[in-house]
Amino acid sequence: MSTTLNHAGLTRDAYKGAATTLCAGCGHNSITNHMIKALYELGVEPHRLAKMSGIGCSSKTPAYFVETAHGFNGVHGRMPALTTGAQLANRELIMLGVSGDGDTASIGLGQFMHMIRRNVDATYIIEDNGTYGLTKGQFSATADLGSVQKKGAVNTFQPIDPCAVALTLGCSFVARSFSGDGKQVVPLIKAALAHRGTAVLDIISPCVTFNDHDGSTKSYSWVKDHEESIADVSFIPFFEEVHVDYEPGTVRDVQLHDGSHILLKKLGEDHDPKDRKAAARVIEEGRAHGHLVTGLLYLDPESVDFATTEKLPAKPLKDLREDDLRLSRADFAQFMSEFA
Amino acid sequence: MTEPIVNDLTIQAATVNGSGSQTANLVLTRAIFKMGIPVAPKNVFPSNIEGLPTWYQLRVTPQGHMARKDRIDILVAFNAATWRDDLKTVRPGGVVIHEEAYSTAEARQDLVYYPVPFTKLAKAKIASETLRKQLANMIYVGVVAGLLGIPWEAVEHGVRRQFLSKPKAVQVNLDAIKVGLDYWQDTFSKKDPYRLEPMTGKVDGKVLVEGNQAAALGALMGGVTVAAWYPITPSSSLCEYLIAYSDRFRAEPETGDKRIAVVQAEDELAAVGMAIGAAWAGARAMTSTSGPGISLMAEFAGLAYYAEVPVVIFDIQRIGPSTGLPTRTSQGDVAFAYTLSHGDTKHLVLLPGSVEECYEFGRDAFDYADRFQTPVFVLSDLDLGMNLWMTPEFKYPEKPFDRGKVLSKEDLERLGGEWGRYLDVDGDGVTYRTLPGTDHPAAGFFTRGSGHDEHARYTERADSYARNMDRLNKKFETARKAMPAPVMDESAESQIGLIAYGSTDVAVREARQALADAGRPIDYLRIRALPLSTEVAEFVRRHERVYVVEQNRDGQMFDLIRLALPPDLVGRLHSIRHYDGQPIPADAITEPLMESEKVTA
Repeated sequence: MSTTLNHAGLTRDAYKGAATTLCAGCGHNSITNHMIKALYELGVEPHRLAKMSGIGCSSKTPAYFVETAHGFNGVHGRMPALTTGAQLANRELIMLGVSGDGDTASIGLGQFMHMIRRNVDATYIIEDNGTYGLTKGQFSATADLGSVQKKGAVNTFQPIDPCAVALTLGCSFVARSFSGDGKQVVPLIKAALAHRGTAVLDIISPCVTFNDHDGSTKSYSWVKDHEESIADVSFIPFFEEVHVDYEPGTVRDVQLHDGSHILLKKLGEDHDPKDRKAAARVIEEGRAHGHLVTGLLYLDPESVDFATTEKLPAKPLKDLREDDLRLSRADFAQFMSEFA
Repeated sequence: MTEPIVNDLTIQAATVNGSGSQTANLVLTRAIFKMGIPVAPKNVFPSNIEGLPTWYQLRVTPQGHMARKDRIDILVAFNAATWRDDLKTVRPGGVVIHEEAYSTAEARQDLVYYPVPFTKLAKAKIASETLRKQLANMIYVGVVAGLLGIPWEAVEHGVRRQFLSKPKAVQVNLDAIKVGLDYWQDTFSKKDPYRLEPMTGKVDGKVLVEGNQAAALGALMGGVTVAAWYPITPSSSLCEYLIAYSDRFRAEPETGDKRIAVVQAEDELAAVGMAIGAAWAGARAMTSTSGPGISLMAEFAGLAYYAEVPVVIFDIQRIGPSTGLPTRTSQGDVAFAYTLSHGDTKHLVLLPGSVEECYEFGRDAFDYADRFQTPVFVLSDLDLGMNLWMTPEFKYPEKPFDRGKVLSKEDLERLGGEWGRYLDVDGDGVTYRTLPGTDHPAAGFFTRGSGHDEHARYTERADSYARNMDRLNKKFETARKAMPAPVMDESAESQIGLIAYGSTDVAVREARQALADAGRPIDYLRIRALPLSTEVAEFVRRHERVYVVEQNRDGQMFDLIRLALPPDLVGRLHSIRHYDGQPIPADAITEPLMESEKVTA
C-alpha cells in the first residue's frame, strides 16, 4: 500500500473502488488501474469527479475506481446526454465518461457525435473490444471486417472507427491506445482530463472471454503485432515544472488550458497533433496497412467548451437561488401588464 | 330584422395558412378585448408552412365562456378551397362575409351575405406589392369592425398592441383596415342582428396569455436553470418563450452571461437525458415535448423514477397515435405518461386546467420533483398551450424553492458521514441525496438504473429489490397527499356528478351552466394531478351517477378512476369522450349526458 500523498493530500488507495466483477484478465481492468494511477498522480479531488457511464461491461467500471466520487450509470448509449446536462449544471465538475464500443458506436453513435459537436468539457473513454460481453459475444460496430467470433461467425460489415468519426466532427482531443500499454494510456488520460472540451480516448481492450483469439483484431496478440505508436507521450501537470530532456527537434510541447503540458517525443514519422488533416491521414494509412495507430492523434489546445459557448456564469447553475433566478416583483408586474 | 344579438357571437375566419391571417385575427381579438368584452380565440391550423386551410375562431360572450363552439354566427370566407364546406358551419340566420368572386350559385338561402371584392380592393388601395397579400387580411378586420360596430380606438389599440415590437407596421395596417371599414360604410346597410357594445367589469385585471407562455414563465419563476428540448408541435413555443424570457430576465447586461442553459438537443432521448443529468448534478431541469417525444423518453423516464432523479417533463399533448394530427389537440397521453417506461414505473402528473395553472404548475412542478426526487409530468395540451386565453394576472410566488432532502457538507459532518442514499429514515419513503461536488468523503454514491440497496450499492438480492420497490410505493403514497387536490363544486347538491381535467374544464363549466339553466344542476370535480386523490372516490360515493369527460377515444381517466374505485362504486361511473382533434365544445357534454339521463331517469 502506497502512503505517498499526492497534490490533493491523498494516497493512491483513496482512488480505488469496489472489487471488479469483470472477467479475470479483462482489458477493462487494466484501464481501471490506469485511471486510478492517472487520477492519483494528477491529484484530482474525488468530490469534484463525476464518473459517468452507459450500459455494458465498460460501463460497470466506474464502480471500480474512486469509490468516494459520485457516479452515474445511466441507460445504454446515453452517457453523453447525462454528462452534458451534469456539466451544464455544475461546470466545476470533472466529467469522466466511460463507455464501450457498443455503447458508443452502435446504440450511442448519435449522442457520441453530438457531444463532440458541442465540445462538452468531458473525458470520453471508449473501452473498445469490438464485442458485446454481457450478452455473450455478439459483434459491435467497431468489430473489424472479417474478424471472427469465438463460435466462428465472420463479421461482414465495415467497422466504425470512433477516432475517425471524432476527428471528422472537429473533436478537440482525439487519441487511441491499448489497454496493455500503461506507459501510453496514463499520460493520455491525464492529458484528456486536463483538456477543456470533449477528449475522446479510444482504448483497445481485448475481451478475454469472447474476443481474444486468433480471428479477432482486438486480441492481445493481434494488437501487439500490429501496434504502431506515433509518439511517446508524457504529461506534466500544471503544478510541476516542465523539464525537457529530449533531443531538441524531436519533442513537441503543447500547453493545455490549465497550464499543464503534453510532451510528445516523435517516433517514426513526424506527426503534428495540432494538424487535423495529418491525423486523418495517419488513421487512414494505418488502416490501409493493417496497423493500429496509437497515441495522441489530434489536439486543439484553443478549443472553446460548451459551457463557455452557452455563456454560463462562473458560478455553477446548481448554486443559483431565488434572487438569481426569479424575476423581481417589479419586473414581474411589468411583464404581466404587457399581456393586457 | 330580428332582435339584436349583442356581445354573444362566434366569428370564424377561414383563411390560407401562411398568408398573414393570424395577425389579422389577433388584431380583431385584441380590439374586442379592449372593448371590455370577454374573448375566447381558438386557432385551428394545419401541419404546414404555407398553403393549407386554416381557421380562427373568435368567440365572444358576456359570461366569458371559453370553450369552442361548433356552430358559428359570422363566417369570414377568405379561402376559395374550403368555401363550400365553411358555409355549412354557419348557423341559420348567420352572416357570411366573403370574397365577391366566390360563386354563390348553390349557396344557402338562410344566411346573410356581404360580398366584398377583397382582391380588387387590395390591388387598388394597397400600394406595396410585397405587403399586399398580408395586408389583404386586414381589410376583413375593417369589414368586421364595420359590421359589428367596433370603435376605431379599439381597432387602433389592437393594431398597436399586436405590433408592439414593430411600431413602423402600425400605420400601414391601420390604413388597410380603413379600406375595409370604408367599403363597409359605403356599400352595405346592416341586414343582420349581430353587434358589439363596450362592457364594463368583465375583463378588469385580465390579460391574454398562451398556455406555453404561462408555462415558460412558470418554469422561470420555478428556478429552472437547464432546459433541453427538441422541436415538436405544439410544445416548441414553450422553450422558445423560455429562451426569449431568459434573454430578457436571466442575462447579465455587462458580460452577456446567462443564468440558464436552454439547449436544443439532437432528439428527445438526448433532451430528457440532459435534463436528468443536470437535475442529478443539482440544477432544476426540464424538457418540453409532445406525444412522439414522450414515446422516445420512455426509457429515461424509468431511469429517473428508479434512480430517483427529479426532473420536470412538459407534455403539450396533441392527437395520436403515431404522428397523428400534429396540430390538433387531445388529452390522449394521460395513461401513457402516468406509467411511462417498462417495469413497475409510475409518475407524478400535474394536469393544469387553465393558463393560470400552466403558470402555477409549471413553477411548482420543480418543487414536487425536488421534494419527491422523481419525474413530474405537466400535461398541458395544444388548446391550452397555443391559444390565447383570458386570465387573471398571475400571482408572484411567496414561497421559496423547496429543494427537498439534500444533504450538504455540514449535514454530513453532523451525521458523521453516516447516511444511505435510499435509506428511509423519515418513514415517508422519501430519502436523502447529496449532489456531486459536495466536499465530504461520504458524499459520493453511485446512481444507477440497475438494482440497488439502501446504500446505493449494486444488488440482485430479492429482498433488497422488493424492499426498495415497496419504499418507492410508499413515497408515491406520500406524494399522493401532497399533489394539488381536486377542485370540487357540489353546490348543486345533485345526484349527478361530472369529473374532468385539463382544458376540458371550460367546456364543463359552460355545460353545467346550460344544464342548470335547463333545471338540471350537477356537481363537478376537477382532477388536478395523478396519482388520484382519495377525494375522487369520495365524490363518486356521494353521487349516483358520475360522468367522466375527457378528450381521448378510450376514456383513459375513466379507466384510471375505475381502477381506483372500490368495486361497489365502479358501476356509477360513465364516460363522455370527445376526440376529433378540435377542442371540446359544451354541446359535446350536455347532449350525451342528457341522452344518458333520459335512459337512466
